[in-house]
Amino acid sequence: MTHWIIAPIVLPAVMAAIIVMSMRHHVLLQRIFSIAGLTAVIAIAAGLAVQASTGVIEVYDLGNWPAPFGIVLVLDRLSAMMVLLTAVLALVVTVYAAGTDWDRRGNHFHALMQFQVMGIMGAFLTGDVFNLFVFFEVLLIASYGLMIHAGGTRRLRAGLQYVVFNLLGSTLFLFALGTIYATTGTLNMADLAVRVSEIPQSDIALIRVGAVLLLTVFAIKAALLPLHFWLPETYAEAPAPVTALFAIMTKVGAYAILRVFTLIFGPDLPDIADVVEPLLLGAALITITIGMIGVLGSNRLGRLAAFAVIGSMGTVFIGMSSFTPETTTATLYYILHSTLSTALLFLTVDMVRERRMGSSDGYASLPAFRQQGLIAALFFAAAIAMAGMPPLSGFVGKLLILKSVWPLPGAGLIWAVILVTSLIAIVGFAQGGSAVFWKTKAPEESAEPADAPAEAAPEPAQGLAFTAAFSLLAGIILLTVFAGPVTSYLSATTGQLYQRQGYVDAVLTGPERVGGDAGYGAKGHGDADDGHGETDTHATEEGH
Amino acid sequence: MDTGGNFLPIIAALPFVGALIPGVMIRAGRTACATYTFMASALAFILLMLSAPAVFRGEVLQFQLEWLPMLGLNVNFMLDGLGLLFAGLILGIGMLIILYARFYLSREDPMGQFYTYLLLFQGAMVGIVLSDNILLLLVFWELTSLSSFLLIGYWKHLPEGRQGARMALTVTGLGGLAMIAGMLILGSIVGSYDLSVILQHKELIQASPYYLPALILILAGCFTKSAQFPFHFWLPHAMAAPTPVSAYLHSATMVKAGLFLMARMWPVLSGTPEWFYIVATTGLITMVLGAVIALFKDDLKALLAFSTVSHLGLITMLLGFGTEAAAIVAVFHILNHATFKAALFMSAGIVDHETHTRDIKRLGGLRHLMPVTFVIVTIAALSMAGIPPLNGFLSKEMMLEEASHTAWLSNPWILPALATLGALFSVAYSFRLVAHVFLGPKRDDYPAKPHDPAFGMWASPAFLVVLVVLIGLMPNLIAGPLVDITAAAVTGGHPHAHISHWHGLVPAFWMSVAAILGGALFLSLHGALERGWNAAPRPEAKVIFDAITRASTRASHWLTDTLHNGSITRYGAIFAAAITAAGLFAWFESPMSAPTREMLPINAIMAIGWVLLVISTGCIIAFHRNRILSLVLLGVIGLAVSMAFVYFSAPDLALTQISVEVVTIILLLLALNFLPGRTPVESGMPRRLRDAVIAGAAGLAVGGLTYAILLRDFAAESISAYHLANSYKGGGGKNVVNVILVDFRGFDTFGEIIVLGIAALVIYALTKSVLRGPGGRWLLNWGPDDDEAGDRHPLMMVVVTRVIMPIALMVGAYIFLRGHNAPGGGFIAGLIVAIALLMQYMASGFAWAEERQRYHYHAMIAAGVMTAAVTGMGSWLAGRQFLTSSYGYIHIPPIEEFEWATAMAFDTGVFITVVGAVMLALHSLSSMSRRTGEQVNIHPMDVDPGRGAAPADGKEA
Repeated sequence: MTHWIIAPIVLPAVMAAIIVMSMRHHVLLQRIFSIAGLTAVIAIAAGLAVQASTGVIEVYDLGNWPAPFGIVLVLDRLSAMMVLLTAVLALVVTVYAAGTDWDRRGNHFHALMQFQVMGIMGAFLTGDVFNLFVFFEVLLIASYGLMIHAGGTRRLRAGLQYVVFNLLGSTLFLFALGTIYATTGTLNMADLAVRVSEIPQSDIALIRVGAVLLLTVFAIKAALLPLHFWLPETYAEAPAPVTALFAIMTKVGAYAILRVFTLIFGPDLPDIADVVEPLLLGAALITITIGMIGVLGSNRLGRLAAFAVIGSMGTVFIGMSSFTPETTTATLYYILHSTLSTALLFLTVDMVRERRMGSSDGYASLPAFRQQGLIAALFFAAAIAMAGMPPLSGFVGKLLILKSVWPLPGAGLIWAVILVTSLIAIVGFAQGGSAVFWKTKAPEESAEPADAPAEAAPEPAQGLAFTAAFSLLAGIILLTVFAGPVTSYLSATTGQLYQRQGYVDAVLTGPERVGGDAGYGAKGHGDADDGHGETDTHATEEGH
Repeated sequence: MDTGGNFLPIIAALPFVGALIPGVMIRAGRTACATYTFMASALAFILLMLSAPAVFRGEVLQFQLEWLPMLGLNVNFMLDGLGLLFAGLILGIGMLIILYARFYLSREDPMGQFYTYLLLFQGAMVGIVLSDNILLLLVFWELTSLSSFLLIGYWKHLPEGRQGARMALTVTGLGGLAMIAGMLILGSIVGSYDLSVILQHKELIQASPYYLPALILILAGCFTKSAQFPFHFWLPHAMAAPTPVSAYLHSATMVKAGLFLMARMWPVLSGTPEWFYIVATTGLITMVLGAVIALFKDDLKALLAFSTVSHLGLITMLLGFGTEAAAIVAVFHILNHATFKAALFMSAGIVDHETHTRDIKRLGGLRHLMPVTFVIVTIAALSMAGIPPLNGFLSKEMMLEEASHTAWLSNPWILPALATLGALFSVAYSFRLVAHVFLGPKRDDYPAKPHDPAFGMWASPAFLVVLVVLIGLMPNLIAGPLVDITAAAVTGGHPHAHISHWHGLVPAFWMSVAAILGGALFLSLHGALERGWNAAPRPEAKVIFDAITRASTRASHWLTDTLHNGSITRYGAIFAAAITAAGLFAWFESPMSAPTREMLPINAIMAIGWVLLVISTGCIIAFHRNRILSLVLLGVIGLAVSMAFVYFSAPDLALTQISVEVVTIILLLLALNFLPGRTPVESGMPRRLRDAVIAGAAGLAVGGLTYAILLRDFAAESISAYHLANSYKGGGGKNVVNVILVDFRGFDTFGEIIVLGIAALVIYALTKSVLRGPGGRWLLNWGPDDDEAGDRHPLMMVVVTRVIMPIALMVGAYIFLRGHNAPGGGFIAGLIVAIALLMQYMASGFAWAEERQRYHYHAMIAAGVMTAAVTGMGSWLAGRQFLTSSYGYIHIPPIEEFEWATAMAFDTGVFITVVGAVMLALHSLSSMSRRTGEQVNIHPMDVDPGRGAAPADGKEA
């Protein structure tokens, strides 16, 4: 029996506990442990991804209780991919934070980061909707802590909005779960899939309300209009390394929608799909429009980047809303792309802020700053990626989505919206970039701009920061160059998603389940009359 | 030497690889930088030439590599005549430009950057012309827009450069996006994105209902790129770029990408009336318009820019004719225009470089000062004017010939007449270029003293002018074969160009004569014409474009800022409204079945509880501005809810609810200390009314939903039956709730204690950062209220809490131990113990109490989480899953049989975390009090040292 599947959750939790317990006053130790821990998580996640790529769905019964009565973790291609993505992103962000000394500017940065990773990993791996709620709580509270890291009036104000809005979302999550449980009597996703598909006509209305409420909960996380209001201020004000990590947070919402609305409320249930798909598509079209308009309507790079995230989530949901294998594959590719390029964009914005006078990322004309050329190049790349220009993955992703929606009704509208908003985004990025990187003015005091060694105070290891940023760029480039193999993995992922019987069987009956060496049949707790029998995992030596 | 197509990807990649060189080599000096850049281009050019013989033999070289099969995006390259012509132009002129730019750029210009961008552009351009896959072509296409953006904005200190760059990017980006759609449609019609496949499906494409949309979208890309009316306006503004860029991108290569694509798609898209009327008409308008405007431009580069627009229009028109003969002319003119126009641009750059002005009005009489430049410009300009025997004459004559027998809307006169008019203006501005810059009297007010530049600078234009003359003299020998194979590639046939200087007294001859004479006449009348032109009102494209972008930027600002105005109330209102609407939409879309359960009878106790809840909720709304009162009311609600739990036989929930209630209220009370007593009124009546309606609707909806749920049975059997049945047998506990918490769903609890722990850590971190910021300074100045009690740590309270302490701890231990079988458990026990400690702290002051406890709260939280995690991992040792519990019974002789369970260890973790989290929150709050100057007491009970007596006495008292 293998326990690797739970390692991405438990390892960061333990690491966080160790950091809080023994090294909360030693930043260097925290960095070492944090980075080492995340490196280990990457290794494990890579192993899991290899394992999942065989197509076997692995199930882990927590507490050895059989599904649907206990909680299960499920590893399939999708969750393995998201886990790996999270691990990589978390490591990059942590390295960046260490390289820029961001982690010193407040308390508990690394512990919160580890807890955050734990929450995200849990959300990707769990096969139980209530457990998903718990992990949403973990990542919400940890992200709040990270978001207000280092304080500051504006940041704290934005943080309040973030936490209030998301707590409303958590409350709604409970309403949704209550409704769904009251109708189906279960919380296990696979079990829900079975029960929802057999639901009598008389209960359709209730389950539909539950489905829609759940959709809105995830839509809040994914910043889908009109539930995105928490995002712009949060992303613009949060410490940039944290925002870079948040690139995966919106994807948690997207993942949850994809998971729940393929597995439980699948596209083959017209009663629910007929409500969900138009809602999603409509919201997605508005989201991309408002997002890209926001890119043009920003006067600070941070805000521009925040709205670019909204726009990119709109693109994700345009792809997601029609739930065909082609669109889903395209969407998954776009999710990978969007995560990496959003993170790169925010790291770049942070580099600008850290170097510009007054830590400003506004469009005002300010003196040139150190390493401007290099940072401008990074920004250019990130902007190209976000706006979906070639040759980076944004373009490939956009083409995939455009092509995949072509056979669907309303394709003309979708195409028009995507292409027109792309243009708006291009103009917005060009304005922002040229204002910040090109329209510089000579510094007022020193006559010779090159003569700056006097100010070369001991800087944090910027090499680490640039390493982090360039490794994200490398990720984007690899995603583009290996688009072929990536999409074929994603096609297989999609195939697995739409083959939901495979998931259901794996969780409820399948042979792949990690179910103890005694095999599934022998170990059910309810099966044996004698609860303390020798074979019972919960019994012990001494019978009662 | 036959290499197949294997050189093609290398040719396309070389400039990109080469783009890495200049950035590094600039450190070795400017000449080294230019040399190595030149080598990259030269190498690509040599490889191209090695592939050329095969193309001249009529072969089409191909290279194929799958990239993204799902999309149909492949790295397929092909080289035929058309590709060879363009690739040759791009690489050949590219080398000349690299040479020229070495001398053109000044020392202040970052040359490494320039060459990097230039090579990026070159690679993109070569990629376009070699692509055998329209999606790959799109990639390169957009890359040219991006690299041209960088090149136009190269002089980033110039506002014109930045604006021109953005304008070019916007317009060509617009076209590029349209083309994405067009190409995808085209590919979906054919079922392949490979160009060589698409080119064989003319009938299929032209019969498709999507032909027209695809055509329009693709042409939008071509027209924007090639600056065709009405998208022509970006090109003159792109002239803010350094002149080598103008010469390279904006006359010789990039702007011809649109023409290239039209030529490439010519076999499948042309031949229809739609094609003719869209393409030929656009080309015609552009040709005439560009030529007219060019005559009235005083800026040398602007004149050349509009002349370029005009010539691009000419070629577009020829392609639009859709005949094989016209296509041959188009190809020939592409070659000719590239030679003379690049030479002219570079010469204009020389003039600018030497005289420091490009204003024709400030020039004149340069022929003696700059004789070499004069010769170059004169030959190139005469070719542009179409004077025999230069190459421009040949292709223009052929163009007029084609125009003379093409009817437009069955009118045979319009096209020839307008073409002649265009040619006429073309002659006029070409003559003007020579006459007003070089001829005339020598002046003495040039901004700088002009003289011919170094050889390196005029070498490139001179080389091109030699070509102009040679092609003009021996067209069939030098250009003939190339034109033939190119035209063959465009038309798909085997055309043979008969280029000659004399066709007899055909209409084209007379048109040509008219154009030259008329042009000369117009030049002589230039002064008068210019006055008329300047007096005439005409739309200024840049003004319109700027107005549109500014308006849309402002509108975006407005929309974004209005929508996201930062009001959390507003966001909440939208949240509630949207979700209520979505829920109702889902609900009312389907029939609702009748309830399956009877409603329980309402008895007096329930009614009282209900009334209590309603009243206290109502009071909160009414009195929420008084914070302390709302806190009290919150407590009432909490207690009422706890009572409801008791009533419905849920003692665990009731216990939890009560203890949570107590802890939160205490902590909130402490926090309230730092807030103003009342919430100010910030919103008017209409807003509150609106919010009331939304909140009411949302509340009713939730109530309705709950009501509907409660009156219905599960549609399927609930899993809870299993939990009831297995709690004791499998989990070893009689209290199902506790077994669910620590066993069935122990993993949830694991997550939740972490949430609690994180919350405490966040409160701590938050307090720290608040204290560091302005909040800390505010607290420093924040005096305690006057009505503060005199005895901060009253005797009675201290005594009572001391007495209660052991009892409370014992209750905590009891609750903890019985948890598995009766109401209780680690969570509740933790809260109870925390309350007991809280009371000590409240009674005797935080610092006093803190000195008497030995554990760090951070460590406690972490230890709790660790305990839970280690318990969970312990099951791995037994080969079981995380958190698999086991239990057993121990008999210690004097006592009765005693049950143990691993769940207990887990519960201990829960317990420690809860205590640690609550205490850390308290610690954080108290650190705020201490910042206000609250003094630390030494004794457990004392009176406020700050009041009355001297502080020292107070402390001793």
